[in-house]
Amino acid sequence: MPIRCEIVSQDRMVFEGDVDIVVLPGTDGEMGILPHHAPLLTTLKIGIIKVRSGGKEEVFTVAGGVAEVQPDIVTVLADAAENVEEIDVARAEAARKRAEEILAKGVPTDSDAYLKMEAALRKSNLRLDAVKRYRHTSTKPPRITD
Amino acid sequence: MASAREMRMRIRSVKNISQVTRALEAVSASKVRKAMAAVSATRAYASKAWQVLTHIARQPGRENLHPLLTHRSQVRNVLVLVVSGDRGLAGAYNTNVIRYVTQRFGHSETPVRYIAVGRKGRDMLMRRRRQVIAEFSNLPAAPSFADVSAIGRMAVDEFLKGEADEVYLIYTDFVNMARQEAVVKKLLPLEVGDEAGRVQDFAHQHLTAAYIYEPTEREILDEIIPRFTALQVYQAILESLASEHAARMVAMRNATDNAIELVGDLQLQYNKARQQTITNDLLDIAGGAEALAKAIQG
Repeated sequence: MPIRCEIVSQDRMVFEGDVDIVVLPGTDGEMGILPHHAPLLTTLKIGIIKVRSGGKEEVFTVAGGVAEVQPDIVTVLADAAENVEEIDVARAEAARKRAEEILAKGVPTDSDAYLKMEAALRKSNLRLDAVKRYRHTSTKPPRITD
Repeated sequence: MASAREMRMRIRSVKNISQVTRALEAVSASKVRKAMAAVSATRAYASKAWQVLTHIARQPGRENLHPLLTHRSQVRNVLVLVVSGDRGLAGAYNTNVIRYVTQRFGHSETPVRYIAVGRKGRDMLMRRRRQVIAEFSNLPAAPSFADVSAIGRMAVDEFLKGEADEVYLIYTDFVNMARQEAVVKKLLPLEVGDEAGRVQDFAHQHLTAAYIYEPTEREILDEIIPRFTALQVYQAILESLASEHAARMVAMRNATDNAIELVGDLQLQYNKARQQTITNDLLDIAGGAEALAKAIQG
């Protein structure tokens, strides 16, 4: 018996479907949700959500959020969730570069700007890693030509 | 009476104006649709977040669960977010927002401070010497959630710092293409009991279930409430955008109609003037010819 999974971000529905297992990046550790799971509310950290149905697996990056689990449905209220297949590699690469450059300039480590950039860097690194590890389609990340 | 040349120029320029306004009307019409689609795209998240919120907040013995849900006994300071447009030429859209602000908070006894979203609103608040603590203008034509989440965060910060005991949001509700209404919504403290329909609906399905919380209820609320607040601001901005474009569309349609009417009037005047000159010329010629004939005969 499958479990329903809905991943919504603030501006769109990212995923919706019946699946066999959902793996969530909970704040206290990764958790796999199977059908008939006990009701659960958890916060999410920045990481990867995996959704498997049949032999097929879909992978999403998420920048945090909250998940609600019920025996027959998992709802993820995600910040900036993206299907790995949809990630714009060039943009993520550019964002990483920008963040690294700003951090390299030596911003005070306790300032807001530093924390923001660090978060941005983590996010773009996550995206790029996810693409490298999980993308099925043969499209290789485009080479940067100068 | 203007000369024929001047009138021709006038007619041509009014025709040009009508073309411009017609183009603007078409542009606004498509933008209304886009903004409305963006509003409906946020509904999935909003209703889910609301369900989780009400579920946690309405459990017995949880009255003071989270500072963002807690009413303050004394309201010493009010913060108002005013959503208006950056640009004019939208009929009464911007004026209506400001009129509503004045009506609602103009005579308030507690001090009111404002955050202006949109340049027109900021200008009008400044002119009325209101205290504007922040301004967000030049938002992209189709803002994403990330573009505007800072506004909600600022409201939450002010509330938590105690700089504001209540936060309101004034924006323009899109009723339909012909009708947009300025409305006010209480943003903070978040009231979870007031939307009876939704709550009941939810209570039906879920209130019986005992949840496991990871890490704690408090931390889950810490995550959800600021995001939900920011989302309400985002929805209000999108709704206002749709209203602005609809108002502009109607204004531009009226302008086009007026221009066409004006061209008709001017054309009529011009034709009359032209006929008058011809008649005069003919009379001159006829008179001249007659005089000449008389002179030859005599």
